[in-house]
Amino acid sequence: MSLLSVEGIYGGYGDVDILNGVNIHVDPGEIVVIIGPNGAGKSTAMKAVFGLVKVREGRIVYQDKPITNLRPDQVVKSGICYVPQENNVFPTLTVQENLEMGAFIRNDDYSADLKKVYELFPVLHEKRRQQAGALSGGQRQMVAMGRALMLDPKLILLDEPTAGLAPAIVDLMFENIKKINGLGVSILMVEQNAKQALAMSHRGYVLTTGRNRFEDTGKNLLANREVAEMFLGG
Amino acid sequence: MIDFLQLTIYGIVLGSIISLGAVGLSLIYGILRFPHFAHGDLFTLGAYMAFVVVVFFNVPVLVALPFGVALTALVAVAIDQTVYRRLRKVKPVILLIASVGIALILRSVIQLVWGSGNRVYEAGIQMPHLWMGLRIQNDHLIIVGGTILLVIALHLFLQKTKVGKAMRAMSDNSDLAQVTGIDVNRIIIWTWIIGGGLAAVAGIFLAMDTRLHPVMGWRLLLPVFAAAILGGIGRPYGAIAGGIIIGLVQEYSTPFLSPAYKPAIAFALMILVLIVRPTGIFVGRKV
Repeated sequence: MSLLSVEGIYGGYGDVDILNGVNIHVDPGEIVVIIGPNGAGKSTAMKAVFGLVKVREGRIVYQDKPITNLRPDQVVKSGICYVPQENNVFPTLTVQENLEMGAFIRNDDYSADLKKVYELFPVLHEKRRQQAGALSGGQRQMVAMGRALMLDPKLILLDEPTAGLAPAIVDLMFENIKKINGLGVSILMVEQNAKQALAMSHRGYVLTTGRNRFEDTGKNLLANREVAEMFLGG
Repeated sequence: MIDFLQLTIYGIVLGSIISLGAVGLSLIYGILRFPHFAHGDLFTLGAYMAFVVVVFFNVPVLVALPFGVALTALVAVAIDQTVYRRLRKVKPVILLIASVGIALILRSVIQLVWGSGNRVYEAGIQMPHLWMGLRIQNDHLIIVGGTILLVIALHLFLQKTKVGKAMRAMSDNSDLAQVTGIDVNRIIIWTWIIGGGLAAVAGIFLAMDTRLHPVMGWRLLLPVFAAAILGGIGRPYGAIAGGIIIGLVQEYSTPFLSPAYKPAIAFALMILVLIVRPTGIFVGRKV
């Protein structure tokens, strides 16, 4: 049974549809990556799951419950967290306050989850009293992922987690994503670094013009000549 | 020298009142992204709400103050939920104009109910304390002391409580706050409780220092805006500093210019800041 299933969704920002029948599913424990050229609707598809883009047709089901067109705060309450691509930390809040905001909807004791995040990213513990805006790009990304983990979600959506990071940091980010997955959290991400992302993902989707083009295991997509020619630089 | 110190005292008193207004204005701007032009009339409303309690129950104004604050905060939340809430997704300029409308309504209602004349909380003249040749009134000590206490309380609220942190988070990035699961409307209601409550205190303090009048708050709106801009709009801590500076500068101008020009001084300072350092002394949002 799928954790998340996106079934034939159509939708976009205005009158023009960006998504023209996208199908995606994520099984428990999986890392799933969406790749594709610019304007293919990768990020839009992810935003649709999170209620940030209006879905006109089709449906989205999470743990057997329909979540199509729910508001973002309702989607969060159902157990999905979303890490946007840019501006994904509160810059004037300290690292620790950023993490606490991730637990805003919780009224119970979340100190165990805070500890878990600090164990995962020890550098954040060191810098917990610093303003998040003063951190490096990679550290900010850790804060953003850490904040998502504070709800102990079953599924995290990552929108281009390595965008704008130095190559050495990119490897570290992919390691971090694997670590998060190791905690039993499923991951659906959109990535530009297609090769690396496919290599570490269980499955991948290639979208073009808002439609599914290919869908296979990460390994098979990497080996697929057509995909390679299209997106992986030959 | 004595004159200078005396003006400094008056400046700090006026600055405290301006600061209380500017903090609320700045918080509201940071979270709702529009300049709230009805803020001055919330001052007036607060002052008159306390006046009702003073007259009706025959109590001193300090006893009436919490009731005036609570009633004004309630009205501020009610205005937000009935008017501004419907305009959350429109351009800020439309909210701005809506708030001018609210300002006119509030002022007219106050004038209808209490008339356009002056009122005072307590008749009679207060004898000032004389200290090293300086005249210090009891009310001035209450105003400055009260402001200091409120600023400390606000600081603790913003730094230590979950709602306070969420307010700062929303001020940083409201889209991210929403996808993080922060209950945006709840935070907005808190913003109005605090902004409206502080405005009421400012109005009551102003009425203690001078007298009640239906346009008392509207007249103070310009210096309050100047203070918020000077401090970097959207930055509550900057607004406090900005308020004290505006208050001092306004009082220091009185030996050279007719006191009627006090608001003009604030206006000139605001223009100067916008030209020289549009982000305010404490870098705020772009206006």
